[in-house]
Amino acid sequence: MTDTRWTELGALLRANANELVGQWVRRQQEDLSLRNNLLKAGELDQQSREFLEALVRTMQSGGSTDTNSESWSAVRDLLATVSRSRARQGFTPVETATFVFSLKQPLFELLQRSGGDIVQNMWQVTQVLDSLGLYTTETFQRSREEIIARQQQELMELSTPVVELWHGVLALPLIGTLDSARTQVVMESLLQAIVDTGSSIAIIDITGVPVVDTLVAQHLLKTVAAARLMGADCIISGIRPQIAQTIVHLGVEINDVVTKATLADAFAIALTRLGLTVGRRRVPAKES
Amino acid sequence: MERIPILKMGRFLLVSIQVDMDDRTALTLQDDLTSQIVKHHAAGVLIDISALDVVDSFIGRMLANTAAMARILDAHTVVVGMQPSVAITLVELGLSLKGVRSALNIERGMELLQSIAREAMPELEPTDADLED
Repeated sequence: MTDTRWTELGALLRANANELVGQWVRRQQEDLSLRNNLLKAGELDQQSREFLEALVRTMQSGGSTDTNSESWSAVRDLLATVSRSRARQGFTPVETATFVFSLKQPLFELLQRSGGDIVQNMWQVTQVLDSLGLYTTETFQRSREEIIARQQQELMELSTPVVELWHGVLALPLIGTLDSARTQVVMESLLQAIVDTGSSIAIIDITGVPVVDTLVAQHLLKTVAAARLMGADCIISGIRPQIAQTIVHLGVEINDVVTKATLADAFAIALTRLGLTVGRRRVPAKES
Repeated sequence: MERIPILKMGRFLLVSIQVDMDDRTALTLQDDLTSQIVKHHAAGVLIDISALDVVDSFIGRMLANTAAMARILDAHTVVVGMQPSVAITLVELGLSLKGVRSALNIERGMELLQSIAREAMPELEPTDADLED
């Protein structure tokens, strides 16, 4: 391909930039007519203008049509910003990619009017716009994945609260499936809470854990061992009948860990170890 | 070379590890501690590792071995103030420090040692004379 043709195209675009942006923005507004509430007024106009500006600058500076090359980095950064903001605002991938693709029609009309080697020009422009559109979609996808990953992280932290049942007695109600990553968070937050509160007894309640397999059991035992190393005793409570059966069938050895069927039983044990008792208050007999 | 001080408190020895231990320091500590146990007829050893952020398998095994040696010399070992990260590391390394008792802090560790010693030799309550020498 010839660099001069590319530079000439750039000059042509610059000369007609205002007209192009006007038509392009109108097309996008037609496509997005239902989504007007998502975009602030003027935002679309500004994004389009900036994109065209960057595109023209890159074209005029010569360089290749390979949009992955260094000379296109300004355009790529701009597109990345646009598609990230659209991913957050809740646009669909199609709508995001349309941002680039809808430039084609006004651009082709302009090329047709200007004459010259229309087929060659069209081919080059199509090539560039297509790869930029694909890049937009890819960035959109990546931003979405980042959002999902962050939500997963937040969910993980939310789902492992450590509560203080009594002075020196912690409880860790586990809800949901335990995998290695979650166990790590559970273990860290429990041990940190033990240090912070100076508790000597921790109750791990697994009522909300749907399935206990060998891996989960091993994770639990590790947590108990780590707490014991720090000087706190662990009680595992909330063991449902099916889970008790599973544990025995799997041959998991949890002999040296105190286990209780309900959180209440575990709490009673904890109180006893601390030398505390819970009793009913004696109600003085009514005088009649 | 750094040497970790061993303090005597009544019938117990107190070791506070304030520096990151290398293997030589650990071995020296083991030597010193065993000889001090014999010298003072110690009934218990309290090892404070609250300032220790990092342990490796060697230090972990050294702790377990020290406890076992102390046990042979008729002294109980209590490790106090272990950091969460250290506990997780030890568990991941598969070192559960069998034979070592743990406590959250020095205060609880002392109580634990005293109760163990009382169970072992109820007739030998620490007297003023013990505390003086």
